[in-house]
Amino acid sequence: MAAYVARRAGYYVALLLVAVCLSYTLAATALQPRAYFEARQPPPRPAAVDAQLTALGIDDRTPLYDRFGHWAAHAVRGDLGRTIDDTSVNDEFGRRVGVSLRLLLVGTLAGTVLGILAGAWTAVRQYRLSDRLVTVGSFLLLSTPVFLLAVLLKIGAIRLNQALGTDLIRFTGETTPGLRGGWWAHAKDRAVHLLLPSLSIGLITIATYSRYQRSTMLDVLGSDYLRTAQAKGLTRRKALLKHGLRTALIPMSTFFSYNFLAVFTGAIFTEAIFGWHGMGEWLVGSIGKDDVNSVVAVSSFAAVVVLFSGLVADVLHAALDPRIRHS
Amino acid sequence: MATAPEALLAEAASDDGLVARPPSRARVTLRRFLAHPTAVAGLAVVALLFVLAFAGPHLTRWSYSDIDYTALRSGPSARHWWGTNRIGQDVFAQTVRGLQKSLIIGLLVGVAATAGAATVGACAGYFGGWTDRLLTFVTDLLLIFPSFLVISVVSPRLKGGGWLVFALLLALFGWMITARVVRSMAISLREREFVRAARYMAVGPLRIIARHIVPNVASFLIIDATIAVGSAVMSETALSYFGFGVQPPDVSLGTLIADGTGAAITYPWMFFFAAGLLVVFVLAVNLVGDGLRDAIDPTSARRRPGRRRAR
Amino acid sequence: MNDPVLDISGLTVDFGGVPAVRGVDLHLGRGEVLGLVGESGSGKSVTALAAMGLLPAAAHVGGSVRLDGAELVGAGDKALSRVRGNRVAMVFQDPLSAFTPVYRIGDQIVEAIRTHQDLSREKAAARAVELLDLVGIPEPRLRAAAFPHEFSGGMRQRAMIAMAVANNPDVLLADEPTTALDVTVQAQILDVLRTARRETGAALLLVSHDLGVIAGMADRVAVMYAGRIVETAPVDALFAAPRMPYTLGLIGAVPRLDADAEGRLEPLVPIPGAPPAPGALPPGCAFAPRCPLAEDRCRETEPLLTAAGRAGKATHPAGAADPAHLAACVRAEEVGALRPLDVFPVPGTDGALRKAGPGGGRPVADDVLRVTDLARTFPLLKGAIVKRRVGSVHAVDGVDLDIRAGEVLGLVGESGSGKSTTLFEILELRPPERGSVEVLGRSVEGLTRRDARALRAGVQIVFQDPMASLDPRLPVGDIVAEPLRAQHADRALVARRVPELLRRVGLEPAHADRFPHEFSGGQRQRIGIARALAVDPRLLILDEPVSALDVSVQAGILNLLLRLRAELGLAYLFVSHDLSVVRHVADRVGVMYLGRTVETGAVAEVFARPLHPYTQALLSAVPLPDPVRERARTRILLPGDPPSPTSRPSGCPFRSRCQVFAALDPGRKERCTTQAPALAPQGGDHTAACHFPAERAVL
Ligand code: SF4
Ligand code: SF4
Repeated sequence: MAAYVARRAGYYVALLLVAVCLSYTLAATALQPRAYFEARQPPPRPAAVDAQLTALGIDDRTPLYDRFGHWAAHAVRGDLGRTIDDTSVNDEFGRRVGVSLRLLLVGTLAGTVLGILAGAWTAVRQYRLSDRLVTVGSFLLLSTPVFLLAVLLKIGAIRLNQALGTDLIRFTGETTPGLRGGWWAHAKDRAVHLLLPSLSIGLITIATYSRYQRSTMLDVLGSDYLRTAQAKGLTRRKALLKHGLRTALIPMSTFFSYNFLAVFTGAIFTEAIFGWHGMGEWLVGSIGKDDVNSVVAVSSFAAVVVLFSGLVADVLHAALDPRIRHS
Repeated sequence: MATAPEALLAEAASDDGLVARPPSRARVTLRRFLAHPTAVAGLAVVALLFVLAFAGPHLTRWSYSDIDYTALRSGPSARHWWGTNRIGQDVFAQTVRGLQKSLIIGLLVGVAATAGAATVGACAGYFGGWTDRLLTFVTDLLLIFPSFLVISVVSPRLKGGGWLVFALLLALFGWMITARVVRSMAISLREREFVRAARYMAVGPLRIIARHIVPNVASFLIIDATIAVGSAVMSETALSYFGFGVQPPDVSLGTLIADGTGAAITYPWMFFFAAGLLVVFVLAVNLVGDGLRDAIDPTSARRRPGRRRAR
Repeated sequence: MNDPVLDISGLTVDFGGVPAVRGVDLHLGRGEVLGLVGESGSGKSVTALAAMGLLPAAAHVGGSVRLDGAELVGAGDKALSRVRGNRVAMVFQDPLSAFTPVYRIGDQIVEAIRTHQDLSREKAAARAVELLDLVGIPEPRLRAAAFPHEFSGGMRQRAMIAMAVANNPDVLLADEPTTALDVTVQAQILDVLRTARRETGAALLLVSHDLGVIAGMADRVAVMYAGRIVETAPVDALFAAPRMPYTLGLIGAVPRLDADAEGRLEPLVPIPGAPPAPGALPPGCAFAPRCPLAEDRCRETEPLLTAAGRAGKATHPAGAADPAHLAACVRAEEVGALRPLDVFPVPGTDGALRKAGPGGGRPVADDVLRVTDLARTFPLLKGAIVKRRVGSVHAVDGVDLDIRAGEVLGLVGESGSGKSTTLFEILELRPPERGSVEVLGRSVEGLTRRDARALRAGVQIVFQDPMASLDPRLPVGDIVAEPLRAQHADRALVARRVPELLRRVGLEPAHADRFPHEFSGGQRQRIGIARALAVDPRLLILDEPVSALDVSVQAGILNLLLRLRAELGLAYLFVSHDLSVVRHVADRVGVMYLGRTVETGAVAEVFARPLHPYTQALLSAVPLPDPVRERARTRILLPGDPPSPTSRPSGCPFRSRCQVFAALDPGRKERCTTQAPALAPQGGDHTAACHFPAERAVL
C-alpha cells in the first residue's frame, strides 16, 4: 500500500515538473512586464525599467533558460521570487492560500456529502416524484455556469436586502471592514460572508455528485450481491444501506479528482465575483498586470492541488475497495 | 468448392429459424429517444435556438453594432424588442448575434474535442506499451496544466479571427477526460474476440482501429459530443465574461452577460435575455444528451462522470 | 410423498406483460431433492427466485408459494426477510458477483447468522468458521478473514453454501450452482451440497441445465419449457422412458461420455428451431413448432400436465400406472416407447461421423500443426494503477501437439490449464519463448510479414462466444468477407464467396445484410464458422465453440462441424473443457494440466484406458446423464484447486492433488517429488506423463 502510494506520487512529481516548466515558459514568453512598466504615468526612464526588470528576474533581454534557471534555483529553496510590484510572492501566497481554502472547503465538503446522499436517495426512489424533482433541479444547476450562478445569487441577495431594508446578506469580501465586537460578532460576520460563495460552489457540487451517485447506485441496485444480502434475510432497506451504498461509493473516488479540477477553476470566478482576495483573483489580476512570477506561482499551486486531489482519490479508492488494497 | 448438400440446407433451415426481422438499430434508437418527452423537448429547443441565432439577425432592422442615440437604456418596445443597452445598441440584435457566436464555438469545440479524444484514446488503448504511456502522460499533463492560464494569456492578444483560435484552444483543453474513457474502452475492446479474430486474420492495426474500435465506441462518442457542446458553451461564456474570450467588437453571450451584470437590477433586460438563453440552451443540450444516452446505450447508461465544469 | 414443505402452485411471473413463468406447480417434500431442468429462457431460475420473492420490482408474480402452509406470494418485505436465509436459503450461480466485494467472507456469513439468531459477534464468528470447515475450506479460521476476490470460484461457491446452511434451513434453492465451475470442482461442490443436506436435512430444489448433474443428484425431476413444466417424474423413469418429445430430444442431444450398449456412439439429435420468444408463444403446445410428432390437435389447446398425457385415457399398458410420472403431451403414451433417433431425424448422418473408428490408426498425411515443448510466461503484476512485476505466471510450460491433415485433436483441460494461451501463442505466429511451433509445415521463426499473412489464410479460428466474436456494428456479409479482404481478395471473389459460405453453413445468402444481433446463438456460431472457412483454411482452431450454446443447439453445431470436416478434409484443433463433446468429435485427445500436456492418444483409447491420474479424475468427475449408471460409479474426488501457475513445484506438478501419489509408499513418493515425469509412450501412440501409470476404469 505504501509502495503503491509512493509510486503514484513519483509519477505525479514528474508530471508536476513538466507542468511547471511549461507554465514558466508560457508566462515568461507571452506576458510583457516591460509593457506594464512603460505604460506607467509618468513614463519611467528606459534604464530604470531595465533595472527593475533585472531586479525581478523577468528581463526579456536575458535568455529564457537563464531566467528560468535563476527562478528555479530560488524556487527549489522555497523562494518564489518577487511580484511585479516588488513584494514577495511567498508572502502574497501565504495570505491568499488560506482565503481560497476557506472558500473551497465548506462548499465542496458540504456539497459532496449532500450530493452523495441525494444521489443515493433518488436512485432508490427512481422515477418517483422526489427523484424527478431532484433530477430537474440538478439539471438546471448543471446548465448554469458557475459565474452566472454566482451573479444570480448576488442579484437575489441584493433584492432580498432591498426588500428587507437591511444588510442581511453580505457578499463582498471575507469580512466587513472595520467591524467592531467580540469574536462572536466576527465569526458571525465571516459566516454571513461565506454563505453566498459557498452556496455557489456547493450547489453545483451537489448537482454533479447527486447525478453521478445516482447512476452508480442504480448500477448496484440490480447487482447479485444485493440479492444475496436479501436472500440471507436482510430487509431491502438494510441491504441497500449496508451493501449497496457502501459499494456504490467506490467509483465516486475517481470522480472526486475530476470534479475537484472543475471546482477549482470554478473558484476562480467565484472569488473574482465576490471580491475574495484568494488565489483565483490573484491569477486574474496578475495576468492583467503581466506579473510573470505570480502567474507561475499560482499555476504551480493549481497543478499541485489537482495532483494532490488525484492522490487523495487514489488513496480513497484503495481504502474503499479491498480488491485494490489486497491485489 | 462444392455447393452445400441439400441435407445440410434442410437441417439448418429448420434449425433455430430466424424470427421475424427485428427493427433496425437506428429505428430502435429513434423510438427509445422519442419515448423521452424531455429529450424531445430539448431537441426542439436546440433547433429553435439555432433558428433564432441564424435567422434572428435578419428579422430586425438593427445590426448588433448599430447605435440608436435616441434610445439609451430603453426598455423593450416595438422599436427595440428587447430594449437597448446603455449606449443605445439593440439588445435583441446583440443577443442573437452573441448566441450565434456561442453556438458556433460550442459546436466546433464539441466536435473537435471529441474527435481528438477518439483518436488519442483509441490509439493509446489499442497499441498499449510506449504509445499508451506517452499519450497518457500528455493527457495527464494537459489535465493538470491550468488551461485558464493559456487561454487567458493568449486570447486577449488575438484580434479579428481570434475567436477561431480561442475555440481551438478550448478544444485543446477539452478532450482529456473523454480520451481516458475511450482509452479504457479500447483496452477492453482490444481483448474482445472479434478484434482478436481480425488480428488473427491478418487485418492491419490501423484498419482494426478504424473498422472495429472506433465504431464500437461511437455511441459513447455521440453522447459525449452532445454534452461537450453544452460544456464548451459554458466555458466560452465564462472566459468571455472575464474578458479572456471573445473580444470586442465581437459579442458572445458571455460578453453580453458581463456588460449587463451591473445593470441587472435596474435594467433587467440587458442581463436576463442573454443569461436566460444561455441556461436554456445548455439545459436543452444536456437533456438531449441524457435522452440519447438512454436511447443508444440503455445498459451502460449514466456510467461516467459529468463533464468538467466551466473553466 | 409426505406433506410438501414447499408447495408452489399456479405460479405465474410476467415482466411488463411478457410472461416468463406460466402456471408452474411444484411440490417439494421434506428432505427431497427435486431437479428442475430446462434450457436458457425456460423460466427455471425465475421460478426459483419467485419462490423467495427475490425478483425485481418490475416482475409481476401470481399464484401461490406456500412454505409449510404459509403463503409467501404477496407477503411484505419484513415477513419475507424473516423467512429468507432462515427457513429457505439460496445458492446462486455466480459466486463472485453474489458476494459483496467489500466485506470479508467471514463477516458476510456472520451477518447471515446474526440476522436470524441472537448470538454474540464472537459466537457467530466461531460458528462461521465451523461452517466454512463443514464445506471443506482448508484453514477456515484464516480464510474467514479473506475478501471474496481472494477466493477461487470453487471456494466461493463452498462459502456460499456455508452461508446458505448457516441457519439450518428447511429448503435450499440452488440456481445452477456449478455452472461456472470446472468439472473436478463441480464434483466437489455437488459433494458439499450432499454434505450440507445431510447436516441440515433440508429439501433441495436444484435448478440446472445439465442433465448429468440432475441425474446424479435428484430424486425427482421436473422439465421446464417456455415457462411451464412439461414433464415430471422420478429420476429413473424420466431418463429411462421420457414421455414428452422435448425431454426425449434433450436427452438425445447431450453428447455422452459413455458409449451405448454396442460400444458405438450414437449421433447427436439436434432439436430443430429455437424456443419461442416469451412474448410470442404459439397457440396450443408451446413445443409444437419444433416437434416432429406435432399434430393438428397439438396446436389447438395447450396440453395439461397429466399422468397419461390426456385425461380419460389413464389405462395405458406402458407404465401409465405411475401417478408420479406426468407429461404435458397429447401423444405421451406413444413417446414413452420411442428413442431420440426415432423422433428427431438426423439428416444425412451416415458417413458424417468419424472416418477413423476406434483403433483405426492415424491418417497418413503431413502435419498441419506441430508444437513441441511450447512455453509462455506472463509477468505477474501487482498494483492497481502503476504495476510492478512481482513474479511470473507459467501459463504454458511444455505443451506438445501434433495434428495431421484431416485429423481432429481435442485439447481438454480445466480453466487455468493453459489451453487458451496455447491457442493464442500458435495464432500469434511469432517465435515462442521456448520450444517450436510449425504451422502447415513452416516454422514460425523468421516469418516475414508477407509470409505470415499467407500462413494466416491456412489457419483460422472459431471463438467460444459467437456474440463477442462478431463485431456487432458490421453486417454479416462484411464479417464473413473480412478474412478474404485481409488477404486482398478482389471484389468479384468476395461477392461470389459470401453467399456460397453462408449456404454452406446452413444460412441463407439473403442474411448477408443483417446484423449479428438479429440471429440466434446457434446461427451466430454458424456465421463465425463461415468466416473461418472463407479463405479455405486447412486447419481450424475451435476454441470452446459450443460451450456458450444450449444443448439442443449445440448438437446442430457439432453435426455441422463433423460434416464440414468430412466434406472439406479439414483438420481441427478442438479446445474444450467438456470431455463428452471432445469424445464426440475428436480423433485424438490431449489432456493439459498446469500448462503441460499430461496425456495424449486416440480418443477411444484414452477414454477407455486413461493412464494419467489426472485424466482419470477428470473423466470420473463428468456426470453421466444416466441416473442408474451415475449412482453406481465411484468418483475420484480431487482435493483442492489446481495450484497457482506462479510457482513451479519440483517434480510432478500434479502431486498436490494426485490420488495415486497419496497412496504410494514413501520410497516411491520420492520419485514424484523430485523428478518431473516426461511425456512417455505407453504403447501405440498413447503417451502419458506419469511415473506410475496404471489403468483404472472410471466410466
Ligand atoms: S403435444 Fe403435440 S406438439 Fe406438443 S410435444 Fe406432444 S406431440 Fe409434440
Ligand atoms: S508422477 Fe506421481 S504425482 Fe505425478 S501423476 Fe504420476 S503418480 Fe501422480
